[in-house]
Amino acid sequence: MEEANMEHDAHHDLHMTPEEEYSSSKLGMWLFLGTEIMLFGGLFAAYAIFRAKYPELFLESHQELNREMGAVNTGILIFSSLTMAIGVTAIQRGKQMLAGIMILVTIICGLGFGVVKYFEYGSKFSHHIYPDTNIFFSLYFMMTGLHMLHVFVGLIVLGVIMVMTFQKKFDEKYSTPVEMGGLYWHLVDLVWIYLFPLLYLVG
Amino acid sequence: MANESVATNVYVPYLEQKGFMSWLVTTDHKRIGIMYLISISLFFLIAGIIALLMRFELMTPMADFVSPHTYNVLFTLHGSLMVFFFIVPGLAASFGNFLIPLMIGAPDVAFPKLNLGSYYIYIAGTIIVLYALLQPADTGWTFYTPYSATTDTDVVMITFGVFVLGFSSILTGMNFIVTIHKMRAPGMTWHRLPLFIWASYATAVLQLLATPVVGITLLLLIAERSLGVGFFDPAKGGDPVLFQNFFWFYSHPAVYIMIIPAMGVISEIIPVFARKPIFGYKAIAYSSLGIAFISFLVWAHHMFTSGISEVAATIFSFLTFLVAIPTAIKVFNWLATLYKGSIELHSAMLYALGFVFLFTIGGLTGVFLGALAADIHLHDTYFVVAHMHYVMIGGTVMGFFGALHFWYPKWFGKMFNESVAKLSWFLVFVGFNITFFPQFFLGIQGMPRRYATYPEEFQSLMALSTYGSWILGLGVLIMTVNLIKGLFSDEKAPQNPYGSLSLEWQVPSPPPTLNFDKIPEVTDWTYGYGKKKEVDA
Ligand code: HEM
Ligand SMILES: [Cu+2]
Repeated sequence: MEEANMEHDAHHDLHMTPEEEYSSSKLGMWLFLGTEIMLFGGLFAAYAIFRAKYPELFLESHQELNREMGAVNTGILIFSSLTMAIGVTAIQRGKQMLAGIMILVTIICGLGFGVVKYFEYGSKFSHHIYPDTNIFFSLYFMMTGLHMLHVFVGLIVLGVIMVMTFQKKFDEKYSTPVEMGGLYWHLVDLVWIYLFPLLYLVG
Repeated sequence: MANESVATNVYVPYLEQKGFMSWLVTTDHKRIGIMYLISISLFFLIAGIIALLMRFELMTPMADFVSPHTYNVLFTLHGSLMVFFFIVPGLAASFGNFLIPLMIGAPDVAFPKLNLGSYYIYIAGTIIVLYALLQPADTGWTFYTPYSATTDTDVVMITFGVFVLGFSSILTGMNFIVTIHKMRAPGMTWHRLPLFIWASYATAVLQLLATPVVGITLLLLIAERSLGVGFFDPAKGGDPVLFQNFFWFYSHPAVYIMIIPAMGVISEIIPVFARKPIFGYKAIAYSSLGIAFISFLVWAHHMFTSGISEVAATIFSFLTFLVAIPTAIKVFNWLATLYKGSIELHSAMLYALGFVFLFTIGGLTGVFLGALAADIHLHDTYFVVAHMHYVMIGGTVMGFFGALHFWYPKWFGKMFNESVAKLSWFLVFVGFNITFFPQFFLGIQGMPRRYATYPEEFQSLMALSTYGSWILGLGVLIMTVNLIKGLFSDEKAPQNPYGSLSLEWQVPSPPPTLNFDKIPEVTDWTYGYGKKKEVDA
């Protein structure tokens, strides 16, 4: 029975050529990114409403945020998007070693982002600033928290992809997972690029 | 159409493999469809029994059977289970899974493993919600703030369960869209696609775009309760109406997630049993997309009494009327298909006709409710309860039962007893109307929804409604027994008992594991019934 099953599964996996799988995965990934945008869209809508309602509160509260740390993190993420893009191009050209290293650098950047965020949250808590302090900080923690969650998921995904890249599972003929991981990582980056000015650069 | 697809090799039906493990790890869309079918049917039956208990309580004006608090818990459970566990995944996940690859001539969906993953996510959500039953919430299925943020029942667990379900819905929708784009058989052009496919496509778009919004809403509600975030709390500068806006931005489109697949089912059943080509193919196909689009613009018609501005209310009222247009287009086209057809009253057809009749009542009363002035009076009364049950039972559930009877032979390779099926249809149809028609009058007279008690003068209509619920319950019971008994009968289903032209009927019943021995070449649309077309089919 087990064997019959495996065969059955193998059949199911083989019903697409690599090109078909690539184009299907790509469409699926873009659809998924669309839902991510709708997910964050709810928070952005809440941000717009409350900022229009309480402009002074936003101006005042955002001064508590650490612009330098925010800027450093923005830089880190943009850089990591670049390394990821290089990684994807590398694997498309069959350069497995380079691709693996680039993904590794991307992961290190993501970890760095997390470390900076950890200190930021820590310093907020030590100043007795919590999600329930006021609407601005509710938004701040919800938005950056949800984003951080996406970074974590991204790190796990990229970790798996990196290992597989070093194991030479991908090459110029088949690199779909690497590209999908890249797309996802770019979205994570993109969301942050909006969050940074909205939260840190109000005034 | 394509007849070459009939099996020539050894035929191994997809149900051949036995054993629990073979189900747990299956990536076969037909088996995953069955697992959804069983799960949603179970929730339908559980939530239905809860409904019977509620109606039993409402026999008398006093709260004598259960306490008012228990009653609140019961309608919360009934609504949440019916909406999030039965009707939203419903036809889309069960029949969508079974039919989409078969109808477009594909061996499976685009991402079979993800498909199984979505099912497990659905199960994870149900486990969380079952756990939530330890301290069941009493907010109603809408989880409105401020009450949901302050009640001491366990709102977090049940909303978290619904949040998890959302993932399942999103991934399934994504899978289906990609499948329909990428896996159609050669010659299966967009304008040859069965209308059920168009309906599934429109539904999937709604699932993708609307579900994340309810996801973030529920997440915020959880944060409100656990972290003290104040988006919906006026004391913290938040706004409870914001929750309603978020909630209905999902939940109005969600009503179309519930109904559009059923419309697709009806568009498949009617032409087969009227033996006529479907009338207005393109109008039906594109009106699904039209509905999907407009449904994003009308959410505030659930909030006319929530203190939104008069200008906004007027605009939303007007936009709501627009939804009725694509909806009515479909109804007219079904009627035109029936006109002068040679109609065969198979049980599936009876459900389809029941759908057209009852859904029309539901849709028209929706237009009443969309009219601003009328809704101020009717909002949150039994009129709304009747409206939503006419569209959801009269519409979706009729479509679901119709689909069950229609594709049963294909799905299981067995037959049920047709006379018993007709009898149960009759009980369901009559019972349903006796239960819910009086509620229109109750609502007009001002009976508010969601109360365990009511003034004396409503008792006769209330009791009538309860008697109706017993007939309805009996009908569903007989139907269930009949369908389950059929599974154990010896009568094997023929390949194509109704002479349908759709691809799924051109393979043996039950279909082989990989659906088609050879991917079929499609040369014509699916609805060429009647004179010349049938000859070359
Ligand atoms: C012609 C199409 C329709 C129109 C114009 C329409 C209009 C409306 C309006 C205006 C309300 C709000 C009433 C109020 O709360 O005061 C309403 C409620 C509702 N409708 Fe519809 N509707 C339509 C179709 C549907 C369909 C197809 C479904 C589901 C399959 C549906 C399910 C519901 C539900 C569940 C509610 C009650 C929500 C609640 O407050 O719990 N409607 N409808
Ligand atoms: Cu609505």
